Amino acid sequence: MNSDTQKGFRVEDLKAYFGKVEALHGISMAIPFQQVTAIIGPSGCGKSTFVRCLNRMHEVTPETKVTGVCLWQGWDLYGPAVDPVEVRRRIGMVFQKANPFPMMSIYDNVVAGLKLMGVRNKQKLAQTAEQSLLRAALWDEVKDKLGQPGTSLSGGQQQRLCIARALAVEPEVLLLDEPTSALDPIAARKVEELIYDLKQSYTIVIVTHNMQQAARVSDRTAFFLLGELIEYDKTALIFTNPREKRTEDYITGRFG
Amino acid sequence: MQWHFDDELKRLKEMILRMGAMVEEQIANSVKALVERDVDLARQTIANDHRVNAMDVEIDETCIRLLALYQPAARDLRFITTAMKITTDLERMSDLSEDISERAIELAGEPPLKPYIDLPRMAGHAQRMVKEALDAFVNQDAQLARRVCGDDQMIDDLTDQIFRELLSYMMADPATVTRAIRLSFIAKYLERIGDHATNVAEMVVYLVEGKLIRHTQA
Repeated sequence: MNSDTQKGFRVEDLKAYFGKVEALHGISMAIPFQQVTAIIGPSGCGKSTFVRCLNRMHEVTPETKVTGVCLWQGWDLYGPAVDPVEVRRRIGMVFQKANPFPMMSIYDNVVAGLKLMGVRNKQKLAQTAEQSLLRAALWDEVKDKLGQPGTSLSGGQQQRLCIARALAVEPEVLLLDEPTSALDPIAARKVEELIYDLKQSYTIVIVTHNMQQAARVSDRTAFFLLGELIEYDKTALIFTNPREKRTEDYITGRFG
Repeated sequence: MQWHFDDELKRLKEMILRMGAMVEEQIANSVKALVERDVDLARQTIANDHRVNAMDVEIDETCIRLLALYQPAARDLRFITTAMKITTDLERMSDLSEDISERAIELAGEPPLKPYIDLPRMAGHAQRMVKEALDAFVNQDAQLARRVCGDDQMIDDLTDQIFRELLSYMMADPATVTRAIRLSFIAKYLERIGDHATNVAEMVVYLVEGKLIRHTQA
């Protein structure tokens, strides 16, 4: 296996459809292993659709279709024998709105995925819960109230709880779809710091409307527009000297 | 879509041009004061330096405010950081004009050493470099900016020539040493002005192309 070309995501001519409407017009890009890649672009540009293709979440919506190639570490995610559930375990996702399971305690939220996978060993569950909450930088705030409902936490804590829940099943990738857009600046900063720490061990793809956030947390930035990948480069380059005028117009706020 | 940030950037550009015009005038007046032995003009040039300083501070404050409030990116970011660096160079040029004026006052109190030919020529080159560097800035003209960088060699050559000539005066007659040293200082000041103009031109290349060319042969 050639480690350079096999590492991370390799996407080729990826097209996504809603019914007959083509939402992504043939995206090709390589997303590097254990780095943070930000996807930016105006509403409706296909950035959420794109990340949802990366863990086969797009097809969860009825009447949808995906064509093209999407490899993770050389593994064809759309191969005939591939179980989408396994894809989603290895490639986790956190959404814009924190969505802890409403009837569950903090603890049960974190271990829900493990239990679903059939893990029953109480010690293993407790260990994973603690580790995941530690990694999500939430442990100190919740360790004395693990039995309380997940929904009793603040918005920022709930979002980190969702990240802990995603981490508990030991994924290799975290897809974050506007993870801080519903959070206040302090909670958002905590999540950003978390992203920064997590890239030591995970490959992260973050969709964000907040350009400063993309600039702060990511190594590479991709600019999407109307279902196309317009420009994709090192973040520092995109934000100081983009090649494409459309990118420049968007990041300098002169779009439209 | 009209955006008031664009108006802010336009105002910033106008401030830099105003400061540039002031500095060009400072250089011209300091050399005129030297050549025409005009002590009043030299004093006035020294007194005017504070106006340039005030402009420098005003532009810096504007840039910091724009960075803080708008968090600009790409071309806007390069424009504002370039503005901050350009004004530092312009301010230093005005300081050097002040130094030339001080030497001009001293020299006016002594008999003329020789007719001034090369120094005004140097000053003319330096002024043109400043003007063209600012034109390049206004028109975002990287080609003109690169030419300005190349012109610096001319000033460096003239500096060497003036040093050699003054040295010959000093060797021939020790009574000329004080004046010759003062004049060689002035040559050095003009040479420095050329260097600052080059810095401005290099920043213009960065502004336009996003490429840092200083400390390289580019």
